[in-house]
Amino acid sequence: MAGSTNTNITPPRWLTVELTYACPLQCPYCSNPLDYAKYPNELSTEDWKRVLSEARKIGALQLGFTGGEPLTRQDLPELVKHARELGYYSNLITSGYGMTEEKIIQLKEAGLDHIQVSIQASTQELNDHIAGTASFEHKKTVAHLVKKHGYPMVLCVVIHRENIHQMPEILAMAEELGADYLELANTQYYGWAHANRNLLLPTKEQFLKAEQIAQAFKEHVAGKMKIYYVVPDFYEDRPKKCMNGWGTTSLTIAPDGVALPCHSARDLPGLDCPNVNAASISDIWYESKAFNFFRGNEWMQEPCRSCDEKEKDFGGCRCQAYLLTGDMYKTDPVCSKSPEHGVIQEAIDTAARHNQLTTNEQPLIFRNSKNSRNF
Amino acid sequence: MTINTDQPLTFSPLHRLQWEEAQQKHVILYPEGMVELNQSSAEILKLCDGSRTLPQLVSDLEEKFATTGLTNDITAFLEVALKNGWINQH
Ligand code: SF4
Ligand code: SF4
Repeated sequence: MAGSTNTNITPPRWLTVELTYACPLQCPYCSNPLDYAKYPNELSTEDWKRVLSEARKIGALQLGFTGGEPLTRQDLPELVKHARELGYYSNLITSGYGMTEEKIIQLKEAGLDHIQVSIQASTQELNDHIAGTASFEHKKTVAHLVKKHGYPMVLCVVIHRENIHQMPEILAMAEELGADYLELANTQYYGWAHANRNLLLPTKEQFLKAEQIAQAFKEHVAGKMKIYYVVPDFYEDRPKKCMNGWGTTSLTIAPDGVALPCHSARDLPGLDCPNVNAASISDIWYESKAFNFFRGNEWMQEPCRSCDEKEKDFGGCRCQAYLLTGDMYKTDPVCSKSPEHGVIQEAIDTAARHNQLTTNEQPLIFRNSKNSRNF
Repeated sequence: MTINTDQPLTFSPLHRLQWEEAQQKHVILYPEGMVELNQSSAEILKLCDGSRTLPQLVSDLEEKFATTGLTNDITAFLEVALKNGWINQH
């Protein structure tokens, strides 16, 4: 086991509860595990309430209800109410599918603080294609209703090769909808996005152009709309400070109760991620093997081990190191100091070659149960 | 951004100001973020309830802490708060 339990362990601040893997949409960049169909079990209402209470007790404060589509859980208002009583700041991360005005009011009364609605593109045609479901007009209606009922409105658009050319229209749409926050999330290549990377990864030119447009817009809306811009780390030369450091800030609970230090950790070998049905949140956070695995920097290999930047990025993302090098202890290959940094350029070149093909030759793999059973 | 001294100051309805027992601190919560406040910042923000202008807020705090000369510090902090959207003036 790599980590050490005697470093000063900070309490979790962020709790993410993935209430369900069920989702009416089929986004080909979804961050859920490819084999999610293997995990059909969901925690009961009482179990979720216990998770919220226990995590709050050890310091969690920001709470994200996500999935899948959290609106498919009928007990959502009850869980929101419980969270409010505990003093959480509750965020609902939704595709908008299944949202009604009645529900928006009901959730507000239960104490929900904010709703984030995702939109896939600026046009109906592309949105409905990417989502794999006709949903564009309804999403816009939901965005209006969120505002109308006094929630801060966060619009989230995941950016990739199929929609990156729409950047100006996406920004105009956010402005027209009156978003208070706009999250422009360049695709992170995990889960389904990893499987579809050749069709989703934009070229450097596309990325730079889009970034420039977003930057100019940021100044244009300063004071009115806040922009969260998630960079695509394939075009950086240092990795992201993943999860703000393993087991320092963030705790994710999967639908079946498995506790994860990061939402992709389920795919890492030998972590034995604990289940909330078998251990308390406090034991999971402070004592479990999985949460201690990459705490601190004892586990690091070279070049990270002797690098003077290791406190800045903790060697990058463990899941990305594993996905791209096959070894979860290695330096995140996004880092230009990584001996395996070349795999990033290879990925970019391969994606560019696929760009020349027509989509029929290698279609997108949509996120649904039928496809999930193939993994 | 500058504070209009004639208009009352209101804490933003899109943010939440809350005492955190675990941290023994006030925090501001908003979508996907939080800010920890020191005691004086929290005291100032708690008075932004739509009933006071900047000069009234300053005199209330000076009275509460039996001191004078707080205008510059309070103004500087509130300008930051306004820029971050924690408070509004309408
Ligand atoms: S990314 Fe798309 S498919 Fe995945 S959970 Fe969210 S809305 Fe559903
Ligand atoms: S070598 Fe490791 S610690 Fe140093 S910058 Fe690269 S990823 Fe970060």
